[in-house]
Amino acid sequence: MTDKPYLVVPQPDDLLIDIEGLSIGFAGANGGAPIVRNFDLTIRRGECVALVGESGSGKSITARSLLNLSGDGAEVDADRFLIRGHDALRFRQSDWRRLRGTMTGLVMQDALVSLDPLRTIGQEVGEVLTEHRTLRGRHAVAARVIDVLRKVGIPDPEHRATQYAHQLSGGLRQRALIASAIAADPDLIIADEPTTSLDVTVQAQVLAVLAERVREGAGLLLISHDLAVVAGIADRVIVMRDGRIVDSGATADVLRRPRHPYTRQLLAAIPSADSKGHLLASARFDVASVEGDGAVGSVIVRERLPVRKSSDEALVLEVEGISKRYVQRRTAGREPSLPALDEVSFAVKAGEVVGIVGESGSGKSTCAKIVLGLLAPDEGEVRLLGQRWSGVAEAERRALRARLQYIPQDALSSFDPRYRVADVIAENLTGDARTKRDRIVALLEQVGLNAGHLGRYPRSLSGGQRQRVSIARALAAEPDIIVCDEPVSALDVSIQAQVLDLLSELQARLGTALLFISHDLGVVQHIADRVLVFHRGRIVESGPVDQVFSNPADDYTRALLSSIPAIESAFVRSSANAAIAGLSTARSV
Amino acid sequence: MNVQTRPLADLSIALDPQVNPPGAVEPVTTAAVIAPRLLSPGLAISLAFLFVLLLTAAFPRAFTQFDPLIGDYALGLKPPSWEHLFGTDRLGRDVFARTIHGTRYSLLIGLGGMAISLAFGIVLGILAGQRNRFLDEGTSRVFDVLSSFPGVLLAMLVVTFLGQGMLNIAIAVGIAGIPKFGRVIRAQTQLVRDADYVTHAVVYGLGRWQIFFRHVLPNVLVAVPVIATVYIGNTILAVSGLSFLGLGPQPPTPEWGVMLAESRDVLRVAWWPGVFPGLAITLTVIAFTLVGNAIQKRFEGRLA
Amino acid sequence: MWSRIISRLLTSLVVAWASVTAAFLALHALPGRIQDILAGDLEYPGLREAIAAEWGLDRSLPAQYLDFLLRILQGDFGTSYVLRQPVTEVVGSQLMPTVQLALLGGLLAIVIAVALALLTAGRGRISRQIASFLELVFASTPVFWLGILLLMAFSFTLRWFPVSGASGWKSIVLPSLTLALPTAGLLAQVLREAMEKTLDQPFVTTVRSRGVGELVIRARHVLRHALLPAVTLGGWLIGGLLGGAVITEKVFGRPGLGTVTLGAVLTHDVPVVLAVVLLAAFIHVAASTVLDILYLLIDPRLRAQ
Repeated sequence: MTDKPYLVVPQPDDLLIDIEGLSIGFAGANGGAPIVRNFDLTIRRGECVALVGESGSGKSITARSLLNLSGDGAEVDADRFLIRGHDALRFRQSDWRRLRGTMTGLVMQDALVSLDPLRTIGQEVGEVLTEHRTLRGRHAVAARVIDVLRKVGIPDPEHRATQYAHQLSGGLRQRALIASAIAADPDLIIADEPTTSLDVTVQAQVLAVLAERVREGAGLLLISHDLAVVAGIADRVIVMRDGRIVDSGATADVLRRPRHPYTRQLLAAIPSADSKGHLLASARFDVASVEGDGAVGSVIVRERLPVRKSSDEALVLEVEGISKRYVQRRTAGREPSLPALDEVSFAVKAGEVVGIVGESGSGKSTCAKIVLGLLAPDEGEVRLLGQRWSGVAEAERRALRARLQYIPQDALSSFDPRYRVADVIAENLTGDARTKRDRIVALLEQVGLNAGHLGRYPRSLSGGQRQRVSIARALAAEPDIIVCDEPVSALDVSIQAQVLDLLSELQARLGTALLFISHDLGVVQHIADRVLVFHRGRIVESGPVDQVFSNPADDYTRALLSSIPAIESAFVRSSANAAIAGLSTARSV
Repeated sequence: MNVQTRPLADLSIALDPQVNPPGAVEPVTTAAVIAPRLLSPGLAISLAFLFVLLLTAAFPRAFTQFDPLIGDYALGLKPPSWEHLFGTDRLGRDVFARTIHGTRYSLLIGLGGMAISLAFGIVLGILAGQRNRFLDEGTSRVFDVLSSFPGVLLAMLVVTFLGQGMLNIAIAVGIAGIPKFGRVIRAQTQLVRDADYVTHAVVYGLGRWQIFFRHVLPNVLVAVPVIATVYIGNTILAVSGLSFLGLGPQPPTPEWGVMLAESRDVLRVAWWPGVFPGLAITLTVIAFTLVGNAIQKRFEGRLA
Repeated sequence: MWSRIISRLLTSLVVAWASVTAAFLALHALPGRIQDILAGDLEYPGLREAIAAEWGLDRSLPAQYLDFLLRILQGDFGTSYVLRQPVTEVVGSQLMPTVQLALLGGLLAIVIAVALALLTAGRGRISRQIASFLELVFASTPVFWLGILLLMAFSFTLRWFPVSGASGWKSIVLPSLTLALPTAGLLAQVLREAMEKTLDQPFVTTVRSRGVGELVIRARHVLRHALLPAVTLGGWLIGGLLGGAVITEKVFGRPGLGTVTLGAVLTHDVPVVLAVVLLAAFIHVAASTVLDILYLLIDPRLRAQ
């Protein structure tokens, strides 16, 4: 932006964004009231500001207003809206266009859909350069594209530039997306959930690429639903809820001494080793003097879980040496595929919670399918309650089906769209209509819903409510073991806390064994007794959760643990020292 | 018309736990879901039009006093007037009366053809949608062969073999429509077959046939009324084209396509015989399409 | 990718062969003797015997079938007993005007549809409503009625274009427009809906964030995505154009395949109708094959495997 007609205040060179009293509304939506209100933001060069909030908090439209991309019909107003000293409220469309890509680059979630799938990586990365005539000539652009791809850590960039997004792995794809955002060297990068849906090890690498840009002097606005992700990289944090700022300040301050109850609730709802054996959603911060030095700090107080029903230690599920290899279609010239599962053995005792952690492609879903009897293993055997479960006809399994139940990740797609809540649960019950209805109501109440939900369609329920229905359906069969496949991955952290609490409470009360599969190590740490670490189709490590997580023996487990975003180690753990003091006096209600 | 409001990514306020806490009871009735859509003026007019159309097909004499077949030759080619709303044709027959009486032919032939397409399309489509590769390939090739003959020409072949007449063009249009329905049903079957609620149903102790009859079949069949309404307009169009060519009902039958074919000879002197029957066809097709689209939108996400 | 193309070509051959077989089977499944069916309305001594001899009706069914296949492979569709001419001659002489009309109509339809979609997809509410209304009206109008209306307006009232015939460029303007508009309506509907769906994709936001203008986004990125469903529809549209050409010829009294076929249908000249239908099927199969291969070229995601 070389012209100066909108220059309002000469400002220090490093101030990129200076916004005060921003409001964004949509005509006809939200009853005419603005969705975002009274929002302040400054970003300087070399600074990372994080915008954190759950879905519906308005964080994305706020960030996109910096590009005037909040959506059709967005009405943006502010007391002050300066982009590098220029009054953005007076920008015309052409001014915004000139600024996009050159002053501000946008990185979104999931490069598979955020890069044009019909164009090559090279075309996508180079587009910003040709569009703004930053560089002239095919060769200059191509050279720059290769340069940028190398800069974000993509190996063999010449080859990758000719490929399409679907041909790259998730991590490389996301780097390519970053490359397309920074190709024209913008001063400000807006990253909207840039690592959501990536594996933790890949997430760490992508965050490192972004951090590198900040070190080189770019400003970074990082949007995330996950406090942990921003903890390690952000200088300042802004917590949003319902379109308003509820908390803001230096990262360390906000995470260690959260002032606003919502921030505290968010922090306390994050499952971890410290929360084990307690209810997450009940947590609150108490200001208490920590014993010893007399300093005042925050203490997380949580309610304890009910005492577990004692169990007889009988084996519910035995998995012995199962392997599975998917038949690949002729893939000429590529390396032979690894087996999806390779000699996996484990057992689950009655009333025990066994966690399975692993990244995508580790074989954990294949393992779940085999345990559920949806897929036959190539080798090995599964036994349920001492009886053969794999390698027998489905008709033979059917008698035992009620003993093993299932809670999927996406509850909605597991319900027949024609079914109401009552029908969904009734399918898993036997008996006459009258007793069925009473049972269903009882089950709904058990999962925190009520008779009023009987006639509702699951699609009209919230994500948390759907998962509750799913739990009620599994419990209807009074199973001995439930396979939970990423049951909380799609939920916001506070809803996740409620669902995890419900699961662990019911588990303790009913003594049902759980096989709990998750990519989130914190969740597994919180809920599981024992953990199995899956990597490339094998169990690389197993044992009691505390032991595996605090003292990993395997290299991969160690790498995995060190990639977890640093909130525990950086803040909660240090504040957890205080929290542990609190925990020891935790009121058991 | 096609008014779409675009979803805003970050506006999931309805799902916000604060607005909609997990215990809250909030009854949602079906009427509440449909009602706002019924208010769209285009849809309301279409439904009213189709209702009137059905009445004219059932009781044409309630709408006009004139005979559709017998006219006063002396009153030939009179322009529209209060007495003859749509004017009279060459033989002095009232065009309005003929258009009204023509409704039943167009609807009947259209629905008949549709029934044939649907019956075969559903059965073959479900077969093709099964996991069995042999079934899928075999049935899909049948669709390929049938659809390789352009509809009008296939119908001409059928008429050559079977002769002219209403039933025969219904059969002709019906056969030509089989691959269209069959493919949609096939895609819908595959969608349902691969849905989580079907692949996981075995976990809840259901047998193969139980899963098919309880989950697969009903969810495939919900698509049928939707597809039928969307395509009925097409079928009526195809039928009128064949009648226009003289392959269907013969003069003096007051069928819309036949009337338009007759009007071709008098176009130079009279516009009305060539306008009103065509308007009737177009409005009927538009009304069916709009209603079909509205139904389709209600099923969005559940259809292939 | 090559293996996909080859397998697609093989499938097309199978379909073409199957359509010939279907025609043969239909002929034999009909009640009555073949020679009666093939003779149509004609009646003169020795005709039945001549037909039986030409079609080798005294031989076994498989032998007849093989003979039928071989003859069609050589481009011999038999004799029209009504016209007393080889079918290939009858059809060949009338093929060009129809193909001309269908091609011109198709081209016009594509141009109109793409222009309409590019200009109105995702734009202001008013222009979108007008566009979708126009599309709906065109897609719902019978070809022959549209022809009648255009005739009334431009030939009888304004006298710009001739009423009928096939001489000079003026005589093809109204027929090709007649043929194009309903197809354009349908195609524009599909294109626009696909474009609007694509405009909601996250990658469009990414492209916007690079400072690319709206028209360029549509032309460079969105249109290509919208072409995918349109290409899928393509085969069906080609069939529609061929069939529509027959009807259009009748409206405008143009010579061509349509007029020949219609005459053949009414005189039960089975060999001619059979030849036209099979020819149309071959054209249709060939065109859809090309379109399907085009699909592979547009979408790199399908090229893998």
